[in-house]
Amino acid sequence: MKQGRITKLVLAVIFAGLVISPLVIKRISSARDSGSVKLDAKEALAHHGFYLEEVSRSAGVNFVHQAPTLDHKLDHIMPQVASMGAAVSIVDFDRDGWPDIYVTNSGEGSKNVLYRNQHDGTFKDVASEMGIADVNQPGTGVSMGAVWGDYDNDGYEDLFLYKWGRPELFHNDQGHGFTRVTDQAGLPPWLNANTAIWLDYDGDGLLDLFIGGYYSEKIDLWHLADTRMMPESFEYAKNGGRKYLLHNLGGGRFEDATEKAGIDSRRWTLAASAADLRGTGHPDLFIANDYGISELYFNDGKRFHNVGERTGVGFAPKSGMNAAFGDIFNRGAYAIYVSNISEDGVLIQGNNLWVPKEGTSGDTLHYDNLARDLGVELGGWSFGAQFGDLNNDGTLDLYLTNGYVSLDRSRSYWYDFSKIAGGNTFIIGDAKNWPAMEGRSLSGYQHKRVWMNDGAGKFIDVAQSVGVTDTYDGRSVALVDLWNRGVLDVVAANQRGPLLIYKNTVAPENQWIEFDLEGTSSNRSAIGAQVTLFWNGQQQVQEVSGGSGFCAQNQRRLHFGLGKDAKIEKAVIRWPSGEVQTVESPAVNQAHKIKEAA
Amino acid sequence: MSTQTAPVTPSVAPQSSGALKRFFAPDNRYLAPILITCILLAGHLSFGILESYQKTVLAIVTSIAAELVLGWLLMRKWLHPASAYITGISVGILVRSPAYWPYVVCSLLSISSKYVLRLKNRHIWNPSNFGISVLLFLAPETVATLSIQWGNNVWPMLVIWVLGSVIIWRVRRFNITATYVLSFIAFAFVRSWITGSPWLSEIAPLTGPMYQLFIFFMITDPKTTVRNRTAQCVVAFLIAVVEMILRLEQIVYAPFYALFLVGPAAFLIEMWWDSRHAAAKVPAVA
Repeated sequence: MKQGRITKLVLAVIFAGLVISPLVIKRISSARDSGSVKLDAKEALAHHGFYLEEVSRSAGVNFVHQAPTLDHKLDHIMPQVASMGAAVSIVDFDRDGWPDIYVTNSGEGSKNVLYRNQHDGTFKDVASEMGIADVNQPGTGVSMGAVWGDYDNDGYEDLFLYKWGRPELFHNDQGHGFTRVTDQAGLPPWLNANTAIWLDYDGDGLLDLFIGGYYSEKIDLWHLADTRMMPESFEYAKNGGRKYLLHNLGGGRFEDATEKAGIDSRRWTLAASAADLRGTGHPDLFIANDYGISELYFNDGKRFHNVGERTGVGFAPKSGMNAAFGDIFNRGAYAIYVSNISEDGVLIQGNNLWVPKEGTSGDTLHYDNLARDLGVELGGWSFGAQFGDLNNDGTLDLYLTNGYVSLDRSRSYWYDFSKIAGGNTFIIGDAKNWPAMEGRSLSGYQHKRVWMNDGAGKFIDVAQSVGVTDTYDGRSVALVDLWNRGVLDVVAANQRGPLLIYKNTVAPENQWIEFDLEGTSSNRSAIGAQVTLFWNGQQQVQEVSGGSGFCAQNQRRLHFGLGKDAKIEKAVIRWPSGEVQTVESPAVNQAHKIKEAA
Repeated sequence: MSTQTAPVTPSVAPQSSGALKRFFAPDNRYLAPILITCILLAGHLSFGILESYQKTVLAIVTSIAAELVLGWLLMRKWLHPASAYITGISVGILVRSPAYWPYVVCSLLSISSKYVLRLKNRHIWNPSNFGISVLLFLAPETVATLSIQWGNNVWPMLVIWVLGSVIIWRVRRFNITATYVLSFIAFAFVRSWITGSPWLSEIAPLTGPMYQLFIFFMITDPKTTVRNRTAQCVVAFLIAVVEMILRLEQIVYAPFYALFLVGPAAFLIEMWWDSRHAAAKVPAVA
């Protein structure tokens, strides 16, 4: 009898412990999070090895993004439908050796801007004089993003502008201006795209284009026939826009090779990026989809093969909004970062960090989601993210922007959003069934994440400590060494908000090296070229990208942080042509211009 | 959502020798576990509804292990695992979290609540409702519940509705489900009128799988519902009333909290009523 009572007492204590265990776990997690501690520049340098200062005003940048106003049938949910279009891409359009910034705008009649680097810490908008500003005229749609690539190999980066509307291709006239060449290029007449990337998928030395549709291309968002234009399901939707793989025929013409290349998807694509994941010399394609699973296509040089499910990345449906590659463990293999939605108490999707499983490679490649283990899982309503060594310590860090709709701080739309998200297709698919937002926020005013790689298998959020304190509705992030100082600065585009430039200050003892590549047999932009750097007994691989993150493109120049006392053994460059070039013991703290050996 | 296997009303043994009829007999303790497993497998193989197999297996194993250990410690007998299996699988389906610990904690909370929160030798909370509600309330930054559709057509919904209705009919609890659904629809119109939201958006949650599991497997749990059939309907109606109030306060997990509040209250009232009734009878007998 007594023993029974003791057992019951013990059970009651254990039960009470179980009830409070979530609170204990929360407390432990909070204690680990140092990102909420604000530090001054000196302290941040001492603790984290870098500090970011927002300098857009002093740099002469005063861009504020405007959102579109779509068909009035969507008025009641306009803030969440017209919620994208702030995008940033980096280009040295005039080949002066200093990176410039192109930013898209999305209000009808609004202008995009091209900030030319003045070499003195400031920028000047030259988009109008260059002929690439007035691209959002009513009836032609509005900009969603831009990617730069030298499609005709003349040495100057050309501009592809993707829109909700008519996409545009502009030829760069040797840095003196741009000529619209859309009509002769053979582009689709109308689409609602939120991603596009340049890649040479067939290795012919000419850059091809991949474009990912979001809303169906049959829809004109300003003249809706009806309101059945929303996703047919919150996580299983296949009624989005089609994808386009446009094969570069040369002479400024492209052909639609999508079907021939084996890509057939109508998921709601928000991000795509390409990298050679298997060492085949061909860029594989990762596609992050909203309202569904991600897709991964292995490329055999002619056709793409959907291996999403087989490799583990394409099974659990989420709200994919980002695709970025990074060799986070310095072992010569890329992890893939996909952003999703997490909102306390409503929806905890968690972001995905797909890391190649030990012992798998090539066609057997398989990925595990290690976002939680490594500490990069929860980032609110996450959008654009990029890998880059922000403190030059030799490991890649991760910058994430977030926040969906920031309106009335005190009233949230989440309850109504969660209601409709659970509805059957005949309910969720029709915009008229969605409750009115009435000025409420939806995951608004969120703090950004700057996850510092500790080199020991963990990322620690140091955003507040290093000076990233904005709470705008972030969309697109690009990393770039804006002033040729050997550090990565951050440019962030915000929906209905200002373009932010975070100037980076890095502890001087940490060394770096950069590679500015130019193809000859390969495409001249060297998109797809890989550099594997061997130093101090470790290696890191990076690849020149034709677009990554969310609606973004980093600088083409590859930046490696090296840590202290770096002794570089060699840099091995594998060009898209298959050519392998080795640079022995390149000097540190320098940008190296390297041309593909003829 | 744990003890569908133990019907309250003693059943008459089926006369028919038909395998199907035997399978759907109300005293078949495997009926609910098999059907909920079929629903899970169909949902996951078709649409990948689970966070992962590992997490669901973890929830099931934890539930069964807890049931076996607690049953042996407190009653010195090995309990049949069917009930714990349903609790585990319910946790595995309904809890959505990138972490593993919520599946363990939720399963342990659910099972142990049966042994700790008891009155007159009966547990008063539906186990999985208790575990999920506590977790949603205390760990919102890590835990959510299934809140989206399985796929994008109407067929999965219809299959679950039909299968669920058959089971509930056979275990003589269809009155609870029907009362709740009709009340929910009626209150959806009321909410639409009050808030100005499209009425279809108010109906929308009912078309999702979370609600289908809630109305077929959770509010009908024989061990934690009142016995009288009229009273069962009243309780189902009251759950819908409380849910409406919570929904007007924009509480996302209103159905779980409504059952959490109303279920035990109804149960306690029934116990009080029974004891009063029994006390009234004693003098007559004496």
